[in-house]
Amino acid sequence: MRAAIALVSGALFGAGLHISGMTDTTKVRGFLDIGGAWDPTLAFVMGGAMLPMIIAWRLTAERTPVAGRAFPAPPRSEITRPLVLGSVLFGIGWGLVGLCPGPALASISYGGWQGALFLAAMLTGMWAVPPLRRLLDSRQRAS
Amino acid sequence: MPIDWIWGLAGGLLIGTAGAVLLLGTGRIMGASGMVGGLVDGSGTDKATTAAFLVGLIGTPAVMSLAGWQVSTQATTFPWLLVLGGLCVGIGTRFANGCTSGHGVCGMSRLSMRGFVATAAYMGAGVLTVTALRLGLGL
Repeated sequence: MRAAIALVSGALFGAGLHISGMTDTTKVRGFLDIGGAWDPTLAFVMGGAMLPMIIAWRLTAERTPVAGRAFPAPPRSEITRPLVLGSVLFGIGWGLVGLCPGPALASISYGGWQGALFLAAMLTGMWAVPPLRRLLDSRQRAS
Repeated sequence: MPIDWIWGLAGGLLIGTAGAVLLLGTGRIMGASGMVGGLVDGSGTDKATTAAFLVGLIGTPAVMSLAGWQVSTQATTFPWLLVLGGLCVGIGTRFANGCTSGHGVCGMSRLSMRGFVATAAYMGAGVLTVTALRLGLGL
């Protein structure tokens, strides 16, 4: 049941990324290029995506998921260094190529060698984070 | 192009609906980096659900483009840019514990302070990067 729901959700997500044009790197980089030929499409994608989610979060009050135990706990509020520095690093990579994780996956079938190379590097980076984090933690303890 | 924003809005509504279906159906927050990252580094739980989500995420655009609805992707052809960009996105999203879908779509819609801060940070860094590339290298 959970897998079937997730399949439907993933399919909607993939279709949404495809239709919105967010798998097109020129659109994403065009949105970030505010001093150049600015392309506002991403703002509409973001706004459109938040509307159903605002409703969904309201519906979670005093309910349980259809197939699952509980809804996520209230969001944490502490602003940590990994959150900020990780997001900055992500933003740099996003700006360099114009792909974030969702569209990088969604465009596997037609992204060509460029998409494949980006995805391979992205997955390598993700795979390297747990050992990287252990290294940083041990350095911090030593100093 | 004048009608691009309509497709953007329509696609965005679908993306938000996807997040709503996953949240109300399974109690999980839809985040592309968290899902694929959890599978890649082995830290993820609920692996069957995650795998099913990824099948849908990759399969639908594949079917759509096979059926003739193609989207142009014009990623840079510089391999060093692709590798550097991919590494930054992979490492950054795992340290930040989320990306555009998790922090942006799902986080900001529940007024999460971490979601707002993360989104401001990656948007700001993205704007600076694109501007620097255009002014510095003409890319």
